[in-house]
Amino acid sequence: MDSVVTGQDDSWTVAGRRFRSRLIVGTGRYKDLEETAAAIEASGAEIVTVAVRRVNLADPNAPMLQDYVDPRKYTYLPNTAGCFTADEAVRTLRLAREAGGWNLVKLEVLGPPPYLYPDMAGTLEAAKVLIADGFEVMVYCADDPVAAKRLEELGCVAIMPLGAPIGSGLGLQNPAMLSILLQQAQVPVLVDAGVGTASDAAIAMELGCDAVLLNSAIAHAGNPVLMARAMKAAVEAGRLAHLAGRMPRRMGADPSSPLTGLIR
Amino acid sequence: MPVSPSLPESPGNSILHAMLTEPNTIPTLTIVVNGETRRVGANANIASLIEELGLDRRKLAVERNREIVPRSRYEATPLTDRDQIEIVHFIGGG
Repeated sequence: MDSVVTGQDDSWTVAGRRFRSRLIVGTGRYKDLEETAAAIEASGAEIVTVAVRRVNLADPNAPMLQDYVDPRKYTYLPNTAGCFTADEAVRTLRLAREAGGWNLVKLEVLGPPPYLYPDMAGTLEAAKVLIADGFEVMVYCADDPVAAKRLEELGCVAIMPLGAPIGSGLGLQNPAMLSILLQQAQVPVLVDAGVGTASDAAIAMELGCDAVLLNSAIAHAGNPVLMARAMKAAVEAGRLAHLAGRMPRRMGADPSSPLTGLIR
Repeated sequence: MPVSPSLPESPGNSILHAMLTEPNTIPTLTIVVNGETRRVGANANIASLIEELGLDRRKLAVERNREIVPRSRYEATPLTDRDQIEIVHFIGGG
């Protein structure tokens, strides 16, 4: 049996970079940086998303994320959270590239609160500019097959549809749409946003997603480090189940124990 | 700097005197850094600003008037009056 069939060394590739973990985690909304570091470690993630914000000039010696989550150990994936226009997103990622020196980024252009639903017009506009500028764009998007295809044709390196609104924890509300996106995509597809608990992450992987991106489901869990372990296990379990292929569904019973040789 | 030698006594007079005697150390430019107005020395550049703010330049990105200033150009980028400076870094995010 080859490694894919057995589930051993089942790595995936995005923008030419190879990763073993299929869980990408955010670094926001934790109690403190110690908890951030512990949860990320427990998740087994190799890629972490980070935000770009103004330095707090009033406290220049405040502890920094890099001191707790080592960019030499984890691949930093800068995001454009909080950007509501293509211009803001492009400006943010140009700064991110300067701060970190890397081109692999997560683009998100958001619609207004309370849903922060992906603004696909703005997202397509930003993706075009970023790709022309040499960025490798993993893109947060709606579960819209037409928009997703356009993003892929523009050259986005991963398509990342939401399962439910950001931070909602509602779980995957759109498995059928996700399956359609998975069927047509030639680049990795990740569920980004909406995962609330381990079973949601497992479902995303069972559907055939290449990886899952989440933050609040760990950071806002009662015990974030424990939930990080749960997510690691769920993503692995879902991936193995996808590779194994589930049994067919049937209406009615089909007992596993033989119906012959029964005592009378 | 056009300063008359017969200035009247005023609180500003000592500052003007200092500007004449120590022109490099007295704030003479007004810039905006991350939305806050600040005064910096006339010879200030991006590198001196970062040092004055007590920041670690290896972990930052800087924009001057919406143009990125590459790290290698901090010393060579002088500040001018009314510059809008943004200094950002990575923080936790999803």
